[in-house]
Amino acid sequence: MSKRYEIRLAGSGGQGLVLGGVILAEAAAIFDGKNATQSQSYGPESRGGASKSEVIISDAEIDYPKATHIDLLLLMTEAAAEKYLKDVPETALVVADLDLVPTPIPEKLRSVKVPISRLARETVGKEFVANIVALGVLRELTDVVSFESLKKAVLARVPKGTEELNLKALSVGQEAAREYGGKTTAH
Amino acid sequence: MSDEATKPSGTVKFLSGNEACMEGAIAAGCRFFAGYPISPSSEIAEKMSGRLPRLGGKFIQMEDEIASMGAIIGASLAGQKTMTATSGPGFSLMQENLGFAMMAEIPCVVINVMRGGPSTGNPTGPSQSDVQQCRWGTHGDHPAIALSPSTIREVFDTTVACFNFAEMMRTPVVLAMDEITAHMREKIIIPQAAEIALVNRRKPVLQAGETYYPYEAGEDLVPPMMNFGEGARYHVTGLDHDRTGFPSAAAEIQESLHRRLLDKIEKHQEKLLLFEHHRTEDAEVLVVAYGSTARSAKRAVEEARAKGVKAGLFRPITLYPIPEKQIEAAAAHARRVVVPEMNLGQYKLEVERILGKGPTITGVNRVNGEPIAPSLILSAILGD
Repeated sequence: MSKRYEIRLAGSGGQGLVLGGVILAEAAAIFDGKNATQSQSYGPESRGGASKSEVIISDAEIDYPKATHIDLLLLMTEAAAEKYLKDVPETALVVADLDLVPTPIPEKLRSVKVPISRLARETVGKEFVANIVALGVLRELTDVVSFESLKKAVLARVPKGTEELNLKALSVGQEAAREYGGKTTAH
Repeated sequence: MSDEATKPSGTVKFLSGNEACMEGAIAAGCRFFAGYPISPSSEIAEKMSGRLPRLGGKFIQMEDEIASMGAIIGASLAGQKTMTATSGPGFSLMQENLGFAMMAEIPCVVINVMRGGPSTGNPTGPSQSDVQQCRWGTHGDHPAIALSPSTIREVFDTTVACFNFAEMMRTPVVLAMDEITAHMREKIIIPQAAEIALVNRRKPVLQAGETYYPYEAGEDLVPPMMNFGEGARYHVTGLDHDRTGFPSAAAEIQESLHRRLLDKIEKHQEKLLLFEHHRTEDAEVLVVAYGSTARSAKRAVEEARAKGVKAGLFRPITLYPIPEKQIEAAAAHARRVVVPEMNLGQYKLEVERILGKGPTITGVNRVNGEPIAPSLILSAILGD
C-alpha cells in the first residue's frame, strides 16, 4: 500500500471507537512498520454524543492527519450514517452495524452490514468489545493491516485480564466478515 | 524507582502529543507538576500523576490554575524544573502569576493546549486562538517565549526546549499546542537520554563573605540564580526591585530592570529561534503556518507545486520571539503571502508588521472547531 489509505470510524461516545482507531493505527505503525496517524473528534460528554476516530495509513510521510478522501468507513450509529454517508467517495468501502444502522447504504457504494454489536453481546458475551469485533471485520474485509499485527496491537492496549475476551472478539469479527461480506481487497 | 519509570530512551512508541509532552518533560528533568486538569490538556496531568511519583517527583492537583502557577513558581525557586498544563480558560487565570514569574525571573514551563474562546468556548475542538495571549496575556512590557510544535516527535523536542529556554533565560516559557497536535497519535522515536542536550540554570559563585545579589546580572543579562535553602536568604517580589530583590521606586532602577527583562531575550534570540523552511528558496507564494495547520499547509504547498505554482512554507516553531529575519528571507521572492490559522488572524498581524507593504498578505481563518483542510489553503495559494 504505497498510497494514503484513510479510515473513519464513526459512532457515539462510549462505543470505543477512539481506542479502536488507536489499535488499528498502532498495528500499522508499530507492528506493520508503516506510517500511521490516529486522530479524533468528540463532544464534551464521556458517553453519548457523536464520536469520530480517523486513521491514516501510508508508506510515505503523513502531513494532514485528517481524512479527506475516505477509503474505509465504519458506521456504528444511525446519526453517523446520516452525517458521513454524504461525503463518501464511490471508491470507498462502507461497513455498518446491521442493527444500529437501519438506513440503507446507497447502492453505488460497496457496503457490508454486519451485526457487530449483537455479535459482541451474544457471541462474545460483552457488548463493550464491539469495537474489537469491528476491527476483526474491517481487517478481514480489507487487509489494511496484517492479522498478526492487529492481534499484537489489541493485546498491547486492552486491560489486563481481558486478553482472551478481546481475542475472541477479534476472531468473531473475522468470521462474521467472511459470512456477511466475502473478501474485498484494499487498493 | 522501577525500570519502566526510567525507561523512556531510544524506543519506538505510538503516542499522542499530550503523552509525548509528558515524556519530554520527564526527559528534561521536570520533577514537579502542579495543575488543574482541563480539556484538551488533561492527559498531560494524568500521565504526569502516574509517572512523577515513581521517579521521586511530586504531582499536585491544585484547586485552580492561579494556585497551579503559584506552586510551580515556588517549587522552581526551591530548585526544581517545574511545569503546569492547561487550556484557554486556565491560561487566562494563570496570567497574573505568569507576569510575576517574568518579573521575578523564575524559570518554569506552561503547556497551553489551545481551545476555542473567549471564556469556556469549545472544550474539545482544535483552535489556535491563544497566540496573542502567549505574547501579551499578562500586563506590562514583558518578555515572552512561546513555541508551537507540529508533529509528535516535535512535541517531545519542544517540551525539552521549553525547559532549556526557561533555565537559560530565567523566565517562564509557554508551549502552545492545538488539540490536533495534542490528541493525534503517531509514531515517535524517543531519543536516548545521552542524545538530549539539557540546560540548567546558572548558579552564583560567591567568595567567602560575599553578598548574593539575586538580581545583579552580568554581560549576559541573566542573573545567576541561587535555589532557596542553598545558602543566601533573598527577597522575591513582583514590584519593581533593585539588585537585592527588594522594592525600589528609583526611576533609573525601574527603567533598567524593565529594559533588561526585554533585552535579555533580544540578546539571546538566535538561540531561541526554531523554525523550518520548506521549498521557500524560490517561493512566489509563501505560506506561513504553525502547529497542526502547518501540516495542512505542507500538503497544500506540494499540491500547488504539482500544478506548477512556486509555493513554499515557512513554519515558525518559536512563535515568540518572532523569527523576523527568517520570515523576511522566506518572503524574499513572494508576491503573495498566505497565513492560515485557527483564529481570526492573530499571527497574520505579526507577518503584516514584518513584511510591511511588500507582498499581498491573505489570511485563511477558521474558528468553527474544525481543522483547516489543505484544499482551503490551496485555494488561497492559487488565488481562487
